[in-house]
Amino acid sequence: MSVALLTDLTVFVLAVLVGFEVISKVPATLHTPLMSGANSIHGIILIGVMIIAGEARTVPEYALVAVAAAFATANVVGGYLVTDRMLEMFRR
Amino acid sequence: MTATETVIRLGYLLAAVAFVLGLHLMNSPATARRGNLVSAGGMALAVVLTVWHLATDRPGATGPLVLAAGVLVGGVAGALLARRVAMTAMPQLVSLFNAVGGGAAALVAVAEYARLAGGPVGVRTTLTTVLDVVIGATTFTGSLVAAGKLQGWVTGSPVLFPGRRAVGLTLVAVVLAGAVWLFVAPSVAVLVVVIVAAAAFGVVMVLPIGGADMPVVISLLNAFTGTAVAMAGFVLDSTALIIAGALVGASGTILTKLMADAMNRSVVSVLVGGFGTGDGPAAA
Repeated sequence: MSVALLTDLTVFVLAVLVGFEVISKVPATLHTPLMSGANSIHGIILIGVMIIAGEARTVPEYALVAVAAAFATANVVGGYLVTDRMLEMFRR
Repeated sequence: MTATETVIRLGYLLAAVAFVLGLHLMNSPATARRGNLVSAGGMALAVVLTVWHLATDRPGATGPLVLAAGVLVGGVAGALLARRVAMTAMPQLVSLFNAVGGGAAALVAVAEYARLAGGPVGVRTTLTTVLDVVIGATTFTGSLVAAGKLQGWVTGSPVLFPGRRAVGLTLVAVVLAGAVWLFVAPSVAVLVVVIVAAAAFGVVMVLPIGGADMPVVISLLNAFTGTAVAMAGFVLDSTALIIAGALVGASGTILTKLMADAMNRSVVSVLVGGFGTGDGPAAA
């Protein structure tokens, strides 16, 4: 096992533990906004799309980049906006 | 490491901190909106840093142009949907955004795999690619069916066709056989077969579940996407993806349990399906 893989694995396991602890005793009214907020965060895959966009050299790869970019950006932009709209209701 | 790389990596760390703090602030109604903004700030930072990284990397012009076109289309579509959709239709919208996130995670691994498949592909890349595309493709179709059920495009009642367990098991067998094949001989065609089988499994998995249980299912699929994104992080060796993906995978799992508890249901009984729904006769 390479050092890079071990480092990645360490980061992964610690991030999973943080994820287990970061939410607790959430009131039921916040369940859906919290789900939506977490949904926006996995839009980080957009960074992955940008990395493969830099490496793509063939037409099929460009096609994958285009679709993946549209998908990931919809996830990020739509995700944060819709979460914000939901949370507007909690302001008094 | 050059100075630029150091700054970019530290920036990714800051983005990861923003995601954790953002999720934590969303635990309480008073700070939830700020939490979402903190999280969005982290995302914006990560995107800007990656643009900078790409610019210093000097790739060909075509890739970034295609990327920009995709970003424009997805961004406009996402913004319009998020602003226009009725308050009552938000759960299915979240499910739709989750579907495209899972789809993107799968496509990223396919693109990277297709680039590498000319030569030998290591065990690590094969394993994480297979996990990424299987989880991503299942989430993509499963979330679309879940959104369709809430929107009324797919019946909200549990769909219990005969032999559905056999179909599900066959699809799992195809996925496993394909995965074994990929460890022996890298092949983009076999990877596509695995994706198609996983996508079909996503449909078969969600169809038997009643509409009333959909929020729990969407939350579970949300956790799936997080896991798929973390696997994409392993494929691309990107710490930012691993942290954010693992964070969503784990917190999404806890949230799924909380949501099921709030409905007096267990996650397992939700997944078994066949439970009645508000707008149709109970089938189980």
